[in-house]
This record gives sequence, structure tokens and C-alpha cells, in this order.
Amino acid sequence: MADAVTNTDDVKFQDREIPDETVGDVYVDNARMTARDVSVYYADKLAVDNVTLDIGYSEVIAFVGPSGCGKSTLLRCFNRMNDTIDICRMEGVIEIDGDDVFDPNIDVVSLRARVGMVFQKPNPFPKSIFDNIAYGPRIHGLAKDSIELDEIVERSLDRAGLWGEVKDRLDQPGTSLSGGQQQRLCIARAIAVGPDVILMDEPCSALDPIATAKVEELIYELREQYSIVIVTHSMQQAARVSDRTAYFHLGKLVEVGETKQIFTNPVHRLTEDYITGRFG
Amino acid sequence: MTDVNTGGALTPEETAVRVAATLKRRGRSERRFRYLGVGAVSLTLCFLVFLFTGILSKGIPGMFQHYVTLEVVLDKERMDPKGDMSAASLYSGDAVGLVGEALSSVLGSPEGRKARRAARSILSSGSAARLTEFALKHPELIGQRVSVKFAVDDDIDSFMRGFISRDTPESDRRINDRTIEYVELLNRANLISYEFSDYLFTGSASRNAEIAGIKGALVGSIWTLSVCLLIAFPLGVATAVYLEEIAPKNRMTEIIEININNLAAVPSVVFGIMGLAIFIIAFGLPRSIPLVGGIVLALMTLPTIIISSRAAIRAVPPSIRDAALGIGASKMQTILHHVIPPAMPGMLTGTIIGMAQALGETAPLLMIGMVAFIVDVPGSVTEPATALPVQIFMWADFAERMFIQKTSAAIIVLLAFLITMNAGAIILRKKLERRWL
Repeated sequence: MADAVTNTDDVKFQDREIPDETVGDVYVDNARMTARDVSVYYADKLAVDNVTLDIGYSEVIAFVGPSGCGKSTLLRCFNRMNDTIDICRMEGVIEIDGDDVFDPNIDVVSLRARVGMVFQKPNPFPKSIFDNIAYGPRIHGLAKDSIELDEIVERSLDRAGLWGEVKDRLDQPGTSLSGGQQQRLCIARAIAVGPDVILMDEPCSALDPIATAKVEELIYELREQYSIVIVTHSMQQAARVSDRTAYFHLGKLVEVGETKQIFTNPVHRLTEDYITGRFG
Repeated sequence: MTDVNTGGALTPEETAVRVAATLKRRGRSERRFRYLGVGAVSLTLCFLVFLFTGILSKGIPGMFQHYVTLEVVLDKERMDPKGDMSAASLYSGDAVGLVGEALSSVLGSPEGRKARRAARSILSSGSAARLTEFALKHPELIGQRVSVKFAVDDDIDSFMRGFISRDTPESDRRINDRTIEYVELLNRANLISYEFSDYLFTGSASRNAEIAGIKGALVGSIWTLSVCLLIAFPLGVATAVYLEEIAPKNRMTEIIEININNLAAVPSVVFGIMGLAIFIIAFGLPRSIPLVGGIVLALMTLPTIIISSRAAIRAVPPSIRDAALGIGASKMQTILHHVIPPAMPGMLTGTIIGMAQALGETAPLLMIGMVAFIVDVPGSVTEPATALPVQIFMWADFAERMFIQKTSAAIIVLLAFLITMNAGAIILRKKLERRWL
């Protein structure tokens, strides 16, 4: 497998051809999730083309690339959200701590408890703030009694930096919060079930700059405990929050590397063009 | 002349001229369309006004009827021959005689067979039963002189309303001169009153219009609708949830969907024939029972419930499903916790509208024999019963003048139920709809 990777600082592709092999090091030493030769098809259309990538412990990895490059599709493979799309078909292997997520013996419910997800548009349940957070722990039976449940809710909201803002109105509908608060509520909801990995699908695309800054700050803090995969269209956001960045193009993982390196010294011509805004 | 208009391109001046020419035409057609719309709405409103004035002007008098107040001595021996105050004993008593004597004393003790018959014809044939029921309700009054209101016969009632004219020759009249004389005697003595008909809601089917009521039919309708609701609602919602959330989208589900829509358009009488063939002939269930009626109406209502429930489910934003699935809710939990609750108002609205449809349905019930003349109020879903619209249908067929009023009164009750149900649907929807969304 090692030869599938061409790690060359001195080789600079002069054309815009998509390489067969990913540039940069797709492997990490302490992988939490691993994707091996993952391809995803929508009916006959290839959306993700043979991607191999590791996601390490306590790291934030950003998926960037033009629309339709397959980054969201790949993201949704990690917690099998693509199962809800009838025509979607996946090849390859994705493992979390060595367990194959597509193993028929693995319950998708327990997988999603380990791999949480935050969506593009804030989507709190039409329930109270408390119930929004408590729903996950309830269905997974995480709390023995209501005191424990209260603790989980407070801890989750606190970790999402929302506790101070909502502690006096936990019984109010989650939808009454502002957009940014709603998104942090969704993050708190994901945290509440105690996941290992949090997938974020353009979490700030529907937020204003101030709310975005807060969510980014939160992502930065959450890295301590969780592996975070974030899909984003904002180069600045990727640069600000992520440790590593993966650049996708037409379903292929073109280049992956330390965020700093990708943004200052991209190896592949496509990556360079994209991050410098020459095409998108 | 040079051809300026090359390739369809127009100069701004030409464009302005051509547009101006069409403006007038467009304005005219718009106005025409608006007038047409206003006309259509007005026509509909006119019909609605006709309908309501017609029904109300006939029906509201139908809710009232004439009563004669008589002083009756509740003689212990004659009322209660067995002396144990049981219903059986009271019903075997001589209430007929007591009522007859009370009336005859007011009329100055008519002599002769003809005169006595004329006097007897004033009161409804249900009068004796009314006295017995009065005694059953007030056993403490036995032995005392009480004043009781008895309904007058339907012909007398029609006479009091002026439907039967005194000028008609006696032989062509339904009541003879002597009876009229007695009625006027009673009237002069201020013993005849015009009051809200207590038979309307407490009486059941009867050949005597003055004591006929809708209680039996109403209870029958409630039984039938209960069965209908219990079957149609869970089945309809389950079908809608399955088709929307679980079933794969393929040719099979498409065919099912088309057929459900077709089913909604099947004439109701066809459901009645089907019910007759399947439940009564094939399964051997008895005729005229609310159970079969309810099942047939449920089948008729199902498409309405399924279609509206599916629309309600489809209106639940997919992001909510994603959110639930994303934190590890199973498909069933997602449906039960996050799809059905917000879709509930829509589902209930569809159900109530379906129920209202079922409440007004006559044809399928005729097919399964719920058109029988049933005097007893049904006590369960397996006892013979009739339904409100069927009762109206039957009364409309009777010749007696008073049945016209009773029919209209029953129609008002039916309409009141329908309007209440539809209003309930609207309130429910407004109250529950997108509470927090």
C-alpha cells in the first residue's frame, strides 16, 4: 500500500491532470478511522474514486474541494449516512478502531453513536433545548437516572459553549435560538452521546461571521477529545481550524497534508490553483 | 421598403408599439377572468344561502312540536297492578285508560263512540308509554295528581301549524270536524303548547312522526364511526408511513400508489356492494350491524387518510430525519419520535375529513342493510342499527306531513355534526401545526 503514495516535495505537477495516486501522506501513526480504497457510486455515477485516508486521534481534518468533488459523500460514509440513499453503493473498507463499519454485525445505531454528525443547516429537533440534548442519551440508555441525564445535558452544553446562554431556558424550543446557537446546540447534541469522531458537513455555511467564529473556536477546543472531520468551502476556515487538509477533485483525493503545508506550499498544481482561488 | 426587422430583432420604438397593442388585450382578458371568478363564487354563495335558508326554515320548526298538558291522577292500583313498582308491572298497567280519562275530563266527557274516537285521535299513540316512563322516573308521585305534557298526533300538529285547512271538505281532510272542535277547545283552555321536541333526541325510529327521533340513528352512527375510526386511522397512518419512509421506491410501490389514488375515486356504493359480497355473504356476518358498516366505511375512508397522511409525512423536513439518524436513532425511532409527531396534525385533519365523509355516507350502508326499521337503540356494534343519513333517507320517503319537518331537523343535526368535525379539524391543525418549526 505504501507505494500508492507519492510523497514528493520536489515534484511539482505542471499540468492539471488528476493523479492516480494521492499526493502527500494519507496515513497517520495513530489512526482512529481508516478508509481504504473507498469508492462510492450513485447508481452508475462515480462520486468518490478510490480514496485511501486515515483520520487520527485528536485531530481536525478538513475536506476541501470544488462542489461535486465527493467530499461530503465520503464524509457520510464514515457514519453510513449514505445508507439512507437507496441508489448509493460503496466499495472499499472503512474501519473505526479496527472495526469494519460496513460489517453486517455492526449495528449502524452504535456506529452513529461513535461517529456523530453535524449538518450544513442547523437542524435542532422541534423540542425543548433540554430534550434536544437528552434525546441521544435517552435512546442509547446512557443515563441511569434523571440526575445523570441532567449532568450529561449540562456537560454537553457546557462543552459546546452554550450552557451560559441557555441554562435559564432549557425548556424553551431549540428552534427559538439564533442560527449560530442552533448549530452549537447541534454540536452539543452530537457530543451528548459521547462519540469518538464528529463529522461536520459545512457546519458554518448558514451562519454569519460572528457565529462562524464561535463555532470555529469550539471546533478548536473540541479537538482535544474528538477526531473531527470538517467539510468546508471556506479556505480560511480550513486554514484556521484544521491540522490536516485533504483536497478533493472530481471524486479523487488529490492531495493531503499538514494544513500549513497545503496552504503555503501545495505540491499538486490543482491544489495550488484551488487554494489560491484560480479556479473553483 | 427596407426590411428593418432582420432576424426578429426589433427597434425599441417598434417594441413599444407592439407591447402597447397587446396591453389592452391582456387587460381585457384579465378583467374577464376576474369577473368570471367573482361570478362563480357568487353563484356558489347563492346556492349555499338557498340551501341553508331552506334547511333552517324547515328544520328549525321541525325541532319543535305541539304538546297538550293534562292533569293525570296516577292511580296506584291502575298504574302498578302488581304493586312492586317494577318496569314490567308499570308497563302492564292501565296508563292508556288514565290518559284517556284525563283528556276526556278536559273535553267535557264526550259521549258516544265517534266522539270518543275523535278525542283519542288528538293525542299521540305514544302517550301511554310517556305516562309510564314518567311514573318510572318519579315513583314518589304515584297516587298523586300530576300534570304531564303529551305530544299531539302528527295530524293535529300539522293542523296547528296551519298545514291542514279547515276549509277543505271534511272527507278530504285527515282530521274530522269533531276533532278540530276538540283541538280548539283545548287551545282555548290554553292547554296546547308549542315547545322544543324532546322526542327528537330521545326517540328512535317510529311510524308515528310526532314521537320519532334520531337517537337510535345517532347512536348507530357513533358506533359505525367508532369502528370506522379504529380501523381506518391506524391502518391509514401505518400504510402512509410504510409507503413514505420504509418501502423502496420501485415499480411495485408506484402501482400501489396509483391504485390508492384510484380507490379514492371509487363510488361509495361500490364499497357497499363489496361489503355485502365479502363480509355478509362470504364471511356470514349479520346484516344491518355497525361493525360491517364501520368496516365498509373504513375501506372507503382509507384512501383519504393515506393520501393526507403521506402529504403530512412528506412535509416533515428531511433535515430532522438526518438529525435523528445522525445521533444514532434507529429508523423506527426516527419515525416514531421525529416524523409522526410533526405529521400528526395533517394526519388527523385528513382523518377527521374522512370521518366527516363517512358520517354523511348513505349508499354503502343501504347495501349492507343498515336501512332497516330499527326501533331499539343499538347497544353494541353487533346489534342492528341504522345511521343518521340513512334515517334521513328513510324519513324523506314517508308520506306524513310531519316527517318533512323531522327530516329537515335531522339534516340540521347531521350538518351540525359535520361542521363541528370540520371545525375541529381546522382548530386541531392550527393548534398543533408546526408548533416549534
